[in-house]
Amino acid sequence: MTAETLKRTALHDEHLKLGGRLVPFGGFEMPVQYAGILKEHDAVRNRAGLFDLSHMGQFILEGENVAAWADRLTINAVETMKPLQARYNIFCNAAGGAHDDVIFYKLDGRWLLVVNASNADKMWKLLNAHVGDSGVKLTSLHGKNALIAIQGPKALAMLQPHVDIDLNAVKYYFCAEATVYGKNAVLARTGYTGEDGFELFVDGADAPEIWTALLRDHVADGLEPCGLGARDVLRLEAGMPLYGHEMTEEITPVQAGLNWALKLGKPAFTGKEALAAQVEADTFPRIAGLVMNGRVPAREGYKVFLGDREVGEIRSGSMAPSCGGKNIATALVEKDAATLGAELEVEIRGARHAATVTAQPFYKRPK
Amino acid sequence: MSLPQDLHYSNDHEWVKLEGDVATVGITDYAQNSLGDIVFVELPKVGTVFGQGDNVGVIESVKAVSDLFTPVAGRVSEVNTALDADSSILNREPYTDGWLFKMKDVGEEQLESLLDAAAYAKLTAE
Repeated sequence: MTAETLKRTALHDEHLKLGGRLVPFGGFEMPVQYAGILKEHDAVRNRAGLFDLSHMGQFILEGENVAAWADRLTINAVETMKPLQARYNIFCNAAGGAHDDVIFYKLDGRWLLVVNASNADKMWKLLNAHVGDSGVKLTSLHGKNALIAIQGPKALAMLQPHVDIDLNAVKYYFCAEATVYGKNAVLARTGYTGEDGFELFVDGADAPEIWTALLRDHVADGLEPCGLGARDVLRLEAGMPLYGHEMTEEITPVQAGLNWALKLGKPAFTGKEALAAQVEADTFPRIAGLVMNGRVPAREGYKVFLGDREVGEIRSGSMAPSCGGKNIATALVEKDAATLGAELEVEIRGARHAATVTAQPFYKRPK
Repeated sequence: MSLPQDLHYSNDHEWVKLEGDVATVGITDYAQNSLGDIVFVELPKVGTVFGQGDNVGVIESVKAVSDLFTPVAGRVSEVNTALDADSSILNREPYTDGWLFKMKDVGEEQLESLLDAAAYAKLTAE
């Protein structure tokens, strides 16, 4: 994709002013970092970080039948969601592979569906292909609406003075319709960092004012603009899958260890039979968390061995500041290699490096 | 971006300081800034002989693995073991404490193919 065809978010000028390093991601020019990934990571774990996530796809779903309709296309339950609840969900193909992992937000009189940027076009086509006579009305806000996330232990305290609701009343994975600096927003207590925080769905036209006001008012409290580089390290430490890595059209949610999101008690949905068979057989290769014993980082695509046998490959890997600077990774490996405590080896530039299978998440925030 | 005037530079963003027949090699401030936070450095083995431009190791940032090339031919006489414990020295002091390795048997004629500070500044300004 050439620079000419990349889209820009409503906050593009702000990223340039802040010295953000822009890279192509999901069809957009997005900041991978500002001051540096480690500094930004530290801000989110100890204070708060501000993220532009406007590249993610935002779709509005309306109609009486949205929940029943969505329940046939996804593996988690939609119909049982309470008003203003948010719920993680996955759209699968018939073989059980994942089209995308998403979040449904049940708003007043409509639903907000947030999909991965890299899958936005695919998901928009897929949703439209399934509308049929369901009466579901779809509207894409992709590229029009903005999404600003404020994440970290001080996020609530920083955001509270600028909103017209009590943020403590918004529970984890719930949302509210409110105003931020006087602008209409959906405020959701969701995120992808392993910290407390909020995601603000706002009109693209209002986004620069909210973004600059939050930084102006809270830089002194340690709020730091954060890029996608820090976000990837934060989510990996927090054991959160990233589409295209731990889950793909070929790697199922069951292989990714997301059985908690699979509701086999639901009536028919796409992928149900394949996923049920996979759970039943339990022989499939699966995602395991690895901690490297040494200092060499494991990277996506590196081969993984159990003894002399090649058992799989690394899917994500990074140095993990919240795990004492150790190198952590996820790997898709055969069942017997995924046992907790298993001693594996990762082939890095021709040499084998020891790694231990470890429970995820690698990092849990202090309560 | 800092750029010492007395060093020699390669197109691959390494610097060379020649003292007698021993060349000290590092990466430039421009290079460390482009790489971002450096988390791991794999340096060549002492005693190994390399030709100019050979791949001698890797530098890894949080996000990426980058090959390290030697801007001069010679025999590796010393490597900066301090980087094993703290590779962020490379981000903070690329021209001093963050040096990477030393090469012995380096003739002065090898500097002819390298850039002076002015030419390197021009390269990185493009």
